[in-house]
Amino acid sequence: MNLNLLCLHAKRIISALMIQYLFYFLAFVAIFSALKVVLTKNHIYSILFLILTFFTLTAIYILMLNAQFIGIVNIIVYAGAIMVLFLYTVMFSNWNRSTDTLKSKYMLWSGMIAAGILLVTLVAALRVMEFSRPMIITQLDLGMVKNLGKVLFRDFMLPFEVISILFLSAMVGAVLIAKKDTN
Amino acid sequence: MQGDIVQTVQSVPLNQLILLSLCIFAIGVLGVLVRRNAIIVFMSVELMLNAVNLLLTSFSVSFGDSAGQIFVFFIMAVAAAEVAIGLAIIVMIYRNTNSIDIDILNKLKG
Repeated sequence: MNLNLLCLHAKRIISALMIQYLFYFLAFVAIFSALKVVLTKNHIYSILFLILTFFTLTAIYILMLNAQFIGIVNIIVYAGAIMVLFLYTVMFSNWNRSTDTLKSKYMLWSGMIAAGILLVTLVAALRVMEFSRPMIITQLDLGMVKNLGKVLFRDFMLPFEVISILFLSAMVGAVLIAKKDTN
Repeated sequence: MQGDIVQTVQSVPLNQLILLSLCIFAIGVLGVLVRRNAIIVFMSVELMLNAVNLLLTSFSVSFGDSAGQIFVFFIMAVAAAEVAIGLAIIVMIYRNTNSIDIDILNKLKG
């Protein structure tokens, strides 16, 4: 609740226009670093740009969407656990000098055209909807831990338990797959 | 409890948030289609999952339904399990073929 009050005070100081400009900046950083993830040759740099993308998305969750729980979990799970897994795997496996990592020119251009067509189609579908007014967040405790915990343990109890079984099997499976063959 | 502090917060329009998540999703698709390095293909999948997370959270906040954020929580949990399994598989591919180039994997021989 302290974090919530702090964010609310910060949002009163920062006006709506400032929030808008801050969102433009964060969106620019997110798209730029996502492009760098895809197009950089060195994969250590690629992983570091992916961390930057996750942090900008966390800032959008907390500042624009008032979803503190998702923001914190995003840092803990993505920027913490998943990125550490990626970095450890790359650094232990010594893949520093992989050969050319882009496909041929033909595949590169056809991939760009395909992704561009996908983006144009989705944006054209978006233009039908009328969501251009600034969003007014009325339920300020929607993304807090208290509210989400109530919903999670009341309405989504069974999926939560199934997720724990999934984690156990994933852990056993990862250890089994990555274990060196002794025979 | 908050009383007279503030009752509503004005934020950015919803379609700008949707546009941002669409751009990140398209970049992820581009990465899967263009790159040959298995690690980077994997990171592009993570980018697409993050775009979906942003979209679900935006709609959840916009419509005032907290089930969307619970879905985001489940997506994050599944993504963590998927990364663990996928990296183990990539490590095994590297041990067997000395490469993480996915174009080598088109032969399904044992």
